[in-house]
Amino acid sequence: MAQPAGLLYSKEHEWVKLDGDVATVGITDYAQSSLGDIVYVELPRIGAALTQFGGIGVVESVKAVSDIFTPVGGEVTETNGAIEGDPALVNRDPYGAGWLYKVKLDDVGQTTELMSPEQYEKLIVEA
Amino acid sequence: MPLPTYDTPLIFESGQPGRANRYLPEGPALETLLPADALRADLPLPDNSELDVVRHFTRLSQKTFGIDTAFYPLGSCTMKYNPRINDAMANTPALRDLHPFAPDHAAQGALAVMWELERALASLFGMAAFSLNPAAGAHAELTALLIAKAYFKQRGETQRNVVIVPDTAHGTNPASAAMVGFKVLSLKSDAQGRVDPDDLRRVVGPDTAVCMMTNPNTLGLFEPRIHEVSDVVHEAGGLMYYDGANANALMGNTRPGDMGFDLMHLNLHKTFSIPHGGGGAGAGPVGVAAHLVDFLPTPVVRANEADGTPSTATGWRESADLTFALDFDRPQTIGTMRSFWSNFAHMVRALAYTYANGGDGLTMVSKLAVLNANYIRASIRDVIDVPYDEINRHEFVASAQTLKRETGVRALDLAKALLDRGYHAPTVYFPLIVPECLMIEPTETESKETLDGFIAAFREIVATAKSDPERVLAAPVNTAVGRIDETRAARQPDLRWRARDSTG
Amino acid sequence: MYTPHTSSDIEAMLRTIGVDTLDDLVRVPDAVALRAPVEVTPQHSEIEIAERFRRFAERTSAGTYTSFLGAGAYRHYVPPVVGAIAMRGEFLTSYTPYQAEVSQGYLQAIYEWQTYIALLTGLDVANASVYDGATALAEGVIMAVNATGRKAVLVSQAVHPNYRAVLRTYAEGLDLAVDELPYGADGRTDLSSLEAALADQRYAAVVVQSPNVFGAIDALPAGVGARIKTTKTVVIGVVAEAMSLAALAAPASWGVDICVGEAQSFGVAMAYGGPHVGFIAATTEHLRRIPGRLVGKSVDGEGRVAYVLTLQAREQHIRREKATSNICTNQAHCALCATIYLAAMGSSGLRDCAALNVARTSELRAKVTAVSGCAARFSGPTFNEFVLRVPGRAADVLRALEEKKILGGLDLGRFYPELDDCILMTATELTTSADVDRLAAALSEITVRAAAHV
Repeated sequence: MAQPAGLLYSKEHEWVKLDGDVATVGITDYAQSSLGDIVYVELPRIGAALTQFGGIGVVESVKAVSDIFTPVGGEVTETNGAIEGDPALVNRDPYGAGWLYKVKLDDVGQTTELMSPEQYEKLIVEA
Repeated sequence: MPLPTYDTPLIFESGQPGRANRYLPEGPALETLLPADALRADLPLPDNSELDVVRHFTRLSQKTFGIDTAFYPLGSCTMKYNPRINDAMANTPALRDLHPFAPDHAAQGALAVMWELERALASLFGMAAFSLNPAAGAHAELTALLIAKAYFKQRGETQRNVVIVPDTAHGTNPASAAMVGFKVLSLKSDAQGRVDPDDLRRVVGPDTAVCMMTNPNTLGLFEPRIHEVSDVVHEAGGLMYYDGANANALMGNTRPGDMGFDLMHLNLHKTFSIPHGGGGAGAGPVGVAAHLVDFLPTPVVRANEADGTPSTATGWRESADLTFALDFDRPQTIGTMRSFWSNFAHMVRALAYTYANGGDGLTMVSKLAVLNANYIRASIRDVIDVPYDEINRHEFVASAQTLKRETGVRALDLAKALLDRGYHAPTVYFPLIVPECLMIEPTETESKETLDGFIAAFREIVATAKSDPERVLAAPVNTAVGRIDETRAARQPDLRWRARDSTG
Repeated sequence: MYTPHTSSDIEAMLRTIGVDTLDDLVRVPDAVALRAPVEVTPQHSEIEIAERFRRFAERTSAGTYTSFLGAGAYRHYVPPVVGAIAMRGEFLTSYTPYQAEVSQGYLQAIYEWQTYIALLTGLDVANASVYDGATALAEGVIMAVNATGRKAVLVSQAVHPNYRAVLRTYAEGLDLAVDELPYGADGRTDLSSLEAALADQRYAAVVVQSPNVFGAIDALPAGVGARIKTTKTVVIGVVAEAMSLAALAAPASWGVDICVGEAQSFGVAMAYGGPHVGFIAATTEHLRRIPGRLVGKSVDGEGRVAYVLTLQAREQHIRREKATSNICTNQAHCALCATIYLAAMGSSGLRDCAALNVARTSELRAKVTAVSGCAARFSGPTFNEFVLRVPGRAADVLRALEEKKILGGLDLGRFYPELDDCILMTATELTTSADVDRLAAALSEITVRAAAHV
């Protein structure tokens, strides 16, 4: 299955959508389906300063917990309140309504550390 | 043997205000005794008659499966029979109602119980001394790692912060390590499911603090090169920790102390027949070799001979002529782990069990536990994968991997189908290294007839899985409820009853 | 011995396995073989076991004394119905209810326990219990550390010394700083330095106990809890005597976010220190950080109400080194005893019990402070224990009382050197006026004798 174009990916199965120096972050379809029914997502606080690839929260399913390693560093400007009440959004629409948080990048150059859809596809096929 | 399916409303949904049981004289009005702002406005708890309370909890008990109900082959949990004499002894009023701050001279018998048990455990497991302080296995692991941390600190080796844990280990091992600030290094088992000393040699070093192992391991396999493993760790300057969860497999036949372990814990609720009580209270004594005795948590029981000199007994002995004291004054101690001294009522039970068996009996206990486990393995190995098909110890693992591929029936489904047939399920999906794992531990207290019944049921379920998998996938159907929506439970946590809003 | 095997069973089973002897099954390498027989005990018949414990009981004379001991373990009346029901084999011999379909009864009982604790503390949720009050405090502090990311806590010196000792032991492992707030002349926590302490926002939590170890009602004054929270510091309230919850303002009402404590008073035997039953209750905000087991209500495939262990992803067997705690057991059976006790006592029974505790303690206090040379050490109101200052050393007075078959209370000098002339005395619904009169008379005699010696 092809990965959505126009996004960048991390090897920890997060996606990033860039809009100027603001990045929207979520987990990939592969990640949500491996975790199964997601029951809770712990998000960073608005205003928190994130370091690229640092652990900043968790995604919890019935029988597993997975750390969120932020694919980009910077300041958190917005979090997705809707998934607090309905964490299943992340299962249903991981690239849309199930986004997690937005970051104002402290360095746009850091995105070179991320993967293209093709590279990410290769990673999960080999996994 | 289906359990009854009574409708049992919550205790909060029954009763009437003022329907009180008069156990006590009527109390004075609190307002006359304490300032009004210190008091609570109301106490919204239900008032039920004693008969209704009895029926409520009796019905709840009837919807609960215990060892007393039927066979409980739950791997790693040692669900052996809990002899009633243990509870009767724990119910001795002088012991049951003893206050923890009672002066030593008025608590000599209780201290004697603790001392006799401690000496028996030290001899049985080859340790210099035990602390009875920790409340459970995981609590004991934390205690032991704090001892290791204090030991290295005293030696000026604070760089030692890595705990090596084989991949077959219990989940508590890494969690305990994290609580003392140690890092965890997971060690892969070899193709035979064992720890290879040569693999271990490559990962030990000046940062090695502790290697935590259980033997037999969680696959039920004895680690034949355990003394080499100990040598590797000791040469690197680390300590060996024995997770005693599987002690029922070797008690009286071989000793962790002789294998080179410096620290260990026991789950008295497993090996020493203390009732699990629905998941606690347990008890987790920690044993140490001589060089770690000074670090044990306080208090420890000190014994003096009739002439006033400290007792030097290496194992159990008659205690009638000894005098005892709780010793809190131990400069090197890690501190204390709990409100009061030990889960004493469980020490009473464990000592009663020790008496009932004696040293020879405990040795036979472990042999028969191993016999029962091997008997089940040998009787089902032709119908289910047994990934390590050799002489195992007190438990073994089977795998539903092939069955799942052929029929879609998973380990979990087999477990639920066993519930329908009146058996408790084995442990499933542990250890993590075996796919579709079923971990079976029958214990020594089950008769051949019981095992034969279980074997027949297991074989019948596997046959049904092959002929009519849907029937197995639908299990359980004979229980109070069917499979439960765990996703809903976790997404919309409902963890307590709330009064209905009277206005709406 | 509780093994059912006959020799012909053993032979048949060995044949199925394909080995000749039992020893073949348990053989170990020579390097680890047992070298000498273990020194355990000889095997005993049940008659002999009972005889041994009769002698242990004989050497345990505390029950023949009139006792005023408390300090975290309390002598309360337990209706026989509690033991009779709790000792049913299904409850006693079940494992942790992981197989929910055959554990609905126990799961429901734990759900009821969680509800009782939530109602009593006034907080949103409670867990399925932890080891005891002291470990509940340590776990509560870990919750606050995880919530705030701060590595220090501020604890009142009027928190039970054993609880503080356990917290210090855990803190050593977790690398936490434990600072203390002093107590004042009324026996309550002295909050005068609190404002300064909060200034640099380094504390994860402020910990106070009510009733505190001196028996004093030590709820935070109005507004203080809210003020602490403005610094994003968690308020932890400790309750070492759960019976007080039936009478005193619920911890949530005076600003507590996480309430930890000990419920031994609800029908659990003192048993020389354990097993007892700790509890942790918290606001919803801290739900995901609560350690240990939680039972939730859900439905099965047919929509029937069903209970199940939930939020297990927090726990050690899933999260391993990232778990909220390493706890796997709870004190299920003690929590069950407490649940049956609470159900049987009911709201009115508990109220009566709590009121009797206050009344008997008030009588005790009046009579022993009337003894010449004795006085209440602290001025504030108390629940069921208080501190008596005696002439001379408390340890000597207590020893003299023991000669008169009285356990007069706890020598506070063991924990507070400055209070070595102080005894913590406790009275419950089981304390009679005659007991109090005996104590007062004995104290009077002892202090007169001591005065004569001076």
